[in-house]
Amino acid sequence: MSTTIMQKVDRQFRVRDALGAALVAGLVGLPMLGLTTRDGANGLQVETRWALLAGFIVVAFAGRLILQWTLQRFSFLSKRRLRARPAPEVAGNGALVWVGAACVAFAVLLPALFAGNRYVVDTATTVLIYVMLGWGLNVVVGLAGLLDLGYVAFYAVGAYTYGLLSTHFGFGFWEALPIAGGLAAAFGMLLGYPTLRLRGDYLAIVTLGFGEIIRLLLVNWGDVTGGPNGISSIPKPTFFGLPMQASSDGPTFATVFGVDYSPAQRVVFLYYLILALALLTNLLVSRLRRLPVGRAWEAVREDEIACKAMGINVTNVKLSAFATGAMLAGFAGVFFAARQGFISPESFTFSESATILAIVVLGGMGSQLGVVLAAALLVILPELGRDFAEYRMLLFGIAMVFIMIVRPGGLISHRRATVSAPGVEANR
Amino acid sequence: MSQALQQLINGLTLGAIYGLIAIGYTMVYGIIGMINFAHGDIYMVSAFIAVTCFTLLASGGISSVVASIAITLIVSIVLTSVFGWTVERVGYRPLRGSNRLAPLISSIGISIFLQNMVQLTQGARVKSIPPLVTGGVNLFAGEGLHGGPYVSYVQLLIVIVTIVLMSGFTLFINKTPFGRQQRACEQDQRMMQFLGYNVDRIIALTFMIGAALAAVAGVMVTIYYGVIDFSIGFQAGIKAFTAAVLGGIGSIPGAMLGGLIIGLIEAFWAAYLSPEYKDVATFVILIIVLMFRPSGLLGRPEVEKV
Repeated sequence: MSTTIMQKVDRQFRVRDALGAALVAGLVGLPMLGLTTRDGANGLQVETRWALLAGFIVVAFAGRLILQWTLQRFSFLSKRRLRARPAPEVAGNGALVWVGAACVAFAVLLPALFAGNRYVVDTATTVLIYVMLGWGLNVVVGLAGLLDLGYVAFYAVGAYTYGLLSTHFGFGFWEALPIAGGLAAAFGMLLGYPTLRLRGDYLAIVTLGFGEIIRLLLVNWGDVTGGPNGISSIPKPTFFGLPMQASSDGPTFATVFGVDYSPAQRVVFLYYLILALALLTNLLVSRLRRLPVGRAWEAVREDEIACKAMGINVTNVKLSAFATGAMLAGFAGVFFAARQGFISPESFTFSESATILAIVVLGGMGSQLGVVLAAALLVILPELGRDFAEYRMLLFGIAMVFIMIVRPGGLISHRRATVSAPGVEANR
Repeated sequence: MSQALQQLINGLTLGAIYGLIAIGYTMVYGIIGMINFAHGDIYMVSAFIAVTCFTLLASGGISSVVASIAITLIVSIVLTSVFGWTVERVGYRPLRGSNRLAPLISSIGISIFLQNMVQLTQGARVKSIPPLVTGGVNLFAGEGLHGGPYVSYVQLLIVIVTIVLMSGFTLFINKTPFGRQQRACEQDQRMMQFLGYNVDRIIALTFMIGAALAAVAGVMVTIYYGVIDFSIGFQAGIKAFTAAVLGGIGSIPGAMLGGLIIGLIEAFWAAYLSPEYKDVATFVILIIVLMFRPSGLLGRPEVEKV
């Protein structure tokens, strides 16, 4: 509702407003910052931290004052509201393509640039896992506009499929990969079929519930999943059948290629493997977008009723998006299990789902490049400062709120149809 | 038979708590059509406020149980509603009129923030307080403590407080001017604006009322279990939301009914089938209900107009 009457903003108003903010800060801060309970000799004991509370109130007061002043000075809000949105450009155009190409080139050269630095390559591998998950979820959330809060469940299905197949039946990475992807997609259909007819918010809560069901099954079904202890000693992927090991019964990578074995080879191999998987994902998704089914995804996102009127089977369209996203998560899960060599329900909690969703949303829903940026940001930032790790999730929450307020469309705002009729506003 | 009655009592107690939290979800959904994802964490915050308050009162020498519960309830309701207001002001109001996902994401952000804030400021360890209300009654006297169904005074307190609160709340929504404005806002916000009502204020108050009811649930849980930690909001939140959806989201009697059903399912499932899978049961039932009655038990079917 943007029809609020403009209030006269003068100094008195700003001070009153900031005092209000300080009052709220005081009331909110009192039970959290001002008071805390510690385990004492006999039961809990209350501790006070008045200085911290006072500091918080002052910060809230000053912050609100400065914010109000800035908003007024640059009339930031009113201008932004009035300015017309730029006309949608044709997708696949502009500088973004070059940035994307540069990113790929950098990713390919990275192990050479940081040769011998195992840590960098390891971190980059983690980034790529999240990039792949983000691209997978992007199909569901960004393209089809379905809010999936239990995406990690499909990731878990993939990881556990490989974990179980390899430890019990001796399946290799490459054999398990399609099976796990198919199984995850099947789970996606199983969940999607009854729920995709529902409204978006119901879908959110059902997927959230599904994520929890899978996690609880993993924890409690100890005979099969190993319970909280998980599955360990999962074999690593092989290079066309050649294991990356120091010694083995048959030929290894090192003996066949006549090089000395070093653990770094495996790290680099894993890196290129996930890079290849991620690039394949990207190729698949960007091709799918141009197929009728991809256009139907975006159409359903923009206007479901119009789609129904045009004779599109909305349920099937959503189901295909859901299954595609689930399959990609399954692939990523297999890689995760193979890379870690150990999986447990700990890795598949709701906060993981929230992280992947945050990558998609922060990056800009529907934007492939945005996902890369956001994934890199969210993985590398906490790595940069270990002291900061304690506050990581706290800042993460603040960043989610802040970016949504400042840029409701995400870092690289891409929420527009891939194709649009001339003269028709694709944005809503 | 005796065990079934016992589970009925336990389930009702649990259901009362879920019902209280579910009302917050259903009211917010009714008025702005969005899930308040941070609501479960608001409930968690209120439980922490209750622990702090009980500890303060105990060290302050207030020994009367009634007084300390009453004071804690008031303090917790007041402070928690400020949290509710803040959530609306920070996560929802700036995003009014933008796409539907944006406020949901921002409320997930607030939920993550609240959990980690409590973990950092109050500590990650489990907080426990000594039981305040002890004792209870055997329904069929003479069978001994372990014989008949046993109703502890805490359970009695929770059920009575919930019944009183819910009836008062129903009257409040149906009879007072604010209740009328709130219901009118659910139907047509723009018309309310034309009539000169401050819609933002009504929405903010709705968040505060939801938070106040969650605060009561938080205090009750603190008394009931005596043990809380920073992560209790998530589980309780999704269960209460499940309850709200089950009863028909947007419907206040539906939220109460849904809460009771979820509580009963949980108690009976844990007692007769498997305690590990009681949460799974809740979600499976939610999915089944949504398949066959997408508008919930007491909800009206929603017709989407172009």
